[in-house]
Amino acid sequence: MRNNSTKLIILAVIAIIFILLYGFYDIKGGFDYAFPRRMIKVGAMVVTGIAIAYSTVVFQTITQNRILTPSVMGLDSMYEVVQTLIFFFAGATSVWVVNKYLNFSVAIIAMVLFALLLYRFLFRADKYPIFLLLLIGMILGTLLGNFVTFLQVLIDPVEYLSLQNLLFANFSKVNGDLLLFAAIILLIAFIYGFRIMHKLDVMNLGRENAINLGVNYDRMMMNILILSSVLIATATALVGPITFLGLIVANLAYQLFATYKHIILILGASLISVIALVGGQFLLEHVFELRTTLSVIVNFVGGIYFIYLLLKESRAAG
Amino acid sequence: MIEIKGLTKRFGKKTVVDNVTAKIQPRTITSFIGPNGAGKSTLLSMVSRLLDADTGDVLLDQTSVKKWKSDRFAKRVSILKQSNYLNVRLTVRELVSFGRYPYSKGRLTDEDEKFVDQALEYMNLTDIQDQFLDELSGGQRQRAFIAMVIAQDTDYILLDEPLNNLDMKHSVQIMKILRKLVDELGKTVVIVLHDINFASVYSDRIVALKNGKLVKDGPTHEIINSKALREIYDMDIPIHEQNGCRICVYFNSHTHAN
Ligand SMILES: Nc1ncnc2c1ncn2[C@@H]1O[C@H](COP(=O)(O)OP(=O)(O)OP(=O)(O)O)[C@@H](O)[C@H]1O
Ligand SMILES: [Mg+2]
Repeated sequence: MRNNSTKLIILAVIAIIFILLYGFYDIKGGFDYAFPRRMIKVGAMVVTGIAIAYSTVVFQTITQNRILTPSVMGLDSMYEVVQTLIFFFAGATSVWVVNKYLNFSVAIIAMVLFALLLYRFLFRADKYPIFLLLLIGMILGTLLGNFVTFLQVLIDPVEYLSLQNLLFANFSKVNGDLLLFAAIILLIAFIYGFRIMHKLDVMNLGRENAINLGVNYDRMMMNILILSSVLIATATALVGPITFLGLIVANLAYQLFATYKHIILILGASLISVIALVGGQFLLEHVFELRTTLSVIVNFVGGIYFIYLLLKESRAAG
Repeated sequence: MIEIKGLTKRFGKKTVVDNVTAKIQPRTITSFIGPNGAGKSTLLSMVSRLLDADTGDVLLDQTSVKKWKSDRFAKRVSILKQSNYLNVRLTVRELVSFGRYPYSKGRLTDEDEKFVDQALEYMNLTDIQDQFLDELSGGQRQRAFIAMVIAQDTDYILLDEPLNNLDMKHSVQIMKILRKLVDELGKTVVIVLHDINFASVYSDRIVALKNGKLVKDGPTHEIINSKALREIYDMDIPIHEQNGCRICVYFNSHTHAN
């Protein structure tokens, strides 16, 4: 425990260093111009990183697994579907796209509804095996992906470009007001999270133990699924999908902290997530001077890690 | 008092618990016995609201278990399932401390710690309390789970085959502790047992299930006899009386083909 607090502090220090570095490093000329922009970008990374980490940890607790994440289960694809449908039916110049708030809200609401609909079928008292769920998630993702591609072919090429811009995770495009809005959602989620921290610990013992200990399991499960989907939807609507980030940071946190305590797991995963995004983006821009977006690298590394976890799991099962 | 009223559960077309009615007498040990697949675990799951019944009801103090608030119910009734798998890595003490959750909601008081200490001591776990569960033997792990339920300090304790994996010494020790909980602290214990000799020697009442139906319900001495046991298990089991205990010698007994 004391050991874990030390680790949290170290991670926090690293995160702050990267945030400062990102904010001030090599800032030439118009400080007044560049600094606020950088701060918004860093803010977007922090909010997204924390939201994804938090969402993934609680999702994995209540679904009792360490491989599935809301993104892997098809929420990211759903984001693409929503945006593509908007472009297809309303067009790139319609109020649904131009009005950022409207677009943001519609995306969040659609993703949360989709998630709840999906979970209603998937997570019931008699559990399906993880691999079946995973398969369903993949199939769903592929199906939605194909549907999206089909619609995209029919969209006007110029509009398609601006759609592409929405579908790739990108921290530079973040709008300051939306960031504030997302931060408020995150704050509310954290206030709720602190109140149910111990319940989450108990739910980690599985449905039956949790009910035995007096947790109103089925209702809590629903609440937390809603919490988790709102968080992931917010993050995705803000910057675009970063599918494998949650998987990596949650599993690193389990390994690093080796505890059942959610207060530590959530804070730990959040800090790791912030370090990965801000640190990664900093290295990318200033050290390697690359133009690639970070999400491409995160997904590449995360994808490999995902396969590793799958192999490990199947070996443990077999 | 716990009353089971016309409880029925079907899985698909199969009726697994079939219109069972029984009362659990307070301050007794009641053993549930019966062949594999008789529906004992399913019945216990419904009593402890882990599973919803199709028809019928379970009343705790005249109120349906479904109407009880979850956290208040958890201070009255606890259950230990037949098999326990954990997704998280915990030490023995951490697991047993979870038994205090209904009272502490995660912040253990000194009193909670005392209950934990005592439960650990009852189950002979004090020396290994800081070891991780996945580093223990099956029997040690089983005892840790029993300790968690004891730390929960409920009036009703439901145990589904708690003697799984336990050696003779620990089995006897646990039955004696359960007796003590009943006789000295006024608890009520419901326990699923396969070794009918443990049921015979330590329980006050026996409930027997077969194919989902309740076939026997009465004081131990009325059930532990060759005739009743034949009805339950389709076996001829001679009974020997020893120091006032009835011992069932079920090895080598004839089974009835039916
Ligand atoms: N979730 C389930 N789905 C379908 N059938 C089930 C389920 N749970 C139990 N059953 C069936 O219900 C019957 C009773 O099971 P139960 O576990 O209650 O028996 P039991 O008396 O506890 O047996 P044992 O002594 O082996 O523990 C069995 O035939 C079992 O196959
Ligand atoms: Mg059973």
